[in-house]
Amino acid sequence: MAIIESAVPSHPVGPLLRHMGRNRAITLCCLFLIVLVLLAIFAPVVAGDPLKIDPAHRLSSPEAGAIWGRDHLGRDVFARAVYGTRVSLLVGFSVAILTTVFGVAIGVYAGLSRIGGAIVMRLTDAMMAIPAILLAIAFASILNAGLLTVIIAIAIPEIPRMVRLVRSVVLGVRSQPHVTAAISIGTSGLALIWRHILPGTMGPVLVQATYACASAIIASAVLSFLGVGISPEVPSWGGMMADARSTFRVQPVLMLYPGVLLSLLVLAVNILGDRLSDTLDPRKSRRTSL
Amino acid sequence: MTGKPFLSLRGISKTYAMGPARLGGPVRNLHAVDDVTLDVLPGETLGLVGESGCGKSSLARMIMQLEPPTSGTMVLKGRDPAELGNAALKEARRDFQMVFQDPYASLNPRMRARAIIAEVLRNYRFGTPDQINARVEELARQVGLSAHLLDRFPHELSGGQCQRVGIARAIALKPRLIVADEPVSALDVSIQAQILNLIVELQSEMGLTLVFVSHDMSVVAHVADRVAVMYLGRLVEIGPSSDIFSRPLHPYSRTLLAAVPRPVPEARQRHASARGELPSPLNPPSGCHFRTRCPLATERCSAERPQLRSIEGARQVACHHADADAVGVHVTENLHA
Repeated sequence: MAIIESAVPSHPVGPLLRHMGRNRAITLCCLFLIVLVLLAIFAPVVAGDPLKIDPAHRLSSPEAGAIWGRDHLGRDVFARAVYGTRVSLLVGFSVAILTTVFGVAIGVYAGLSRIGGAIVMRLTDAMMAIPAILLAIAFASILNAGLLTVIIAIAIPEIPRMVRLVRSVVLGVRSQPHVTAAISIGTSGLALIWRHILPGTMGPVLVQATYACASAIIASAVLSFLGVGISPEVPSWGGMMADARSTFRVQPVLMLYPGVLLSLLVLAVNILGDRLSDTLDPRKSRRTSL
Repeated sequence: MTGKPFLSLRGISKTYAMGPARLGGPVRNLHAVDDVTLDVLPGETLGLVGESGCGKSSLARMIMQLEPPTSGTMVLKGRDPAELGNAALKEARRDFQMVFQDPYASLNPRMRARAIIAEVLRNYRFGTPDQINARVEELARQVGLSAHLLDRFPHELSGGQCQRVGIARAIALKPRLIVADEPVSALDVSIQAQILNLIVELQSEMGLTLVFVSHDMSVVAHVADRVAVMYLGRLVEIGPSSDIFSRPLHPYSRTLLAAVPRPVPEARQRHASARGELPSPLNPPSGCHFRTRCPLATERCSAERPQLRSIEGARQVACHHADADAVGVHVTENLHA
């Protein structure tokens, strides 16, 4: 074992990258996500104007100017799909980050404080009794329409899920001998949480964050589909599906493009979270890397 | 054995409230530790023995201020640590440290051995990173851990190596008292002796007071000056190790000793005295907790709880019949010999 270890030059991210390189599922998902992120960033270069209306060519089949055809207003479907990536990714990542930050902070507090924990848990129970999408619609209609509104409206119902998860993990980690040992050597407060409790929660949190990201992408599409999200002229996959609904009998493929993209994106994010949580666990990654 | 005790426990009890057995039933209380009064003298090794679930680990955790006793007081170096504020308690923790039962689980799996040992030094502002590093390497030498192992994670170390890291962490601040909670029970037999010898060596080198918790009488015989025997949360016998091992007075101590494997079949005790299973600590027998399994039990034992009383100078025993049977004790082999 010592020989193998000394033969391989040690590099902090080396093992992680090597492990990822070996795992085809992770590689595929990463590639797909990178492609989507690049598309979102370079949308103006890759695609034409997604807002330009061309009634003369509405519902036309694929052609040189619009490789995925045109919608019921004659807009370039490919361009709209590419620009729609921006909304999906932005909402997904923002919600994942918001959910993680607030969910972990509140969850750790709930896991460490007896009375505070009980109060927080009753509040999350109350919030989780309401369907997330209803809550999101309610928030979206209270606040002004816009991307930020959509992000907040989706993040708020996601947070209680994260809180619950983090609290239950913290309850488990807290009673582990190494945490007791840390207390006995005088580690306390934030250092105890940061060094000994938080790292143990990262695997499940990462999975939950990717789940939040995936469900936020779907939720934003649903909100756009229902017409309570961002304004309809901004290209989004949900909005495109809503538009395609009226012309479904004539041109069903218009529903397919954003739908398939949405499904693939959500799938990629979910698989990635699942596999990464295995890789980040030092004990599991050792087993797989041997 | 004279002098002022380093650690005094007075009437320490720990009760855990359990949920009712059925819906709407009475709340049950688990007396994990029941009215333990005990002195530990400076520099001595006190062996704390008993079966699993007898409350010895709870007692160890209370001494370490990892959980508060339900009642009773404790004096450590002239003060009750339970009355200290957070900052003062942290300062007081310099003097008492713990070695844990599970060597692997008591180390943070995400930290290298070096960081684990350094953490305690950083907590008490030992010095610059270089000074801390030098001290960590010095400690590693002291506990017999090769320097190259310091850069490994716990899962890359063996159980014995992990326990050496745990011991290095415990002695890093030069404490006065070490509470070792079954420090070798999770280790291979071949490693147990090494770790035991290390603990004994460090104790004499550093003049440590040691509270050694174990269920294994042969391990305790190896290290302890005095032995305290616990049964269902209560102390049943305390005395010098040589006396207890050669002539146990309490019937339960005799049972424990009879359970020690002997290499010579003829030397084995024919009549192991205890019968049956350990009663539930949720519903312990009245009077003397041991009476349901005791060969000497009489009516008095179910009516009256035997208190610890002094016998033969340094020894104390909690049994109504300890005198009557003090002669004719079966254990002939002195484990210390």
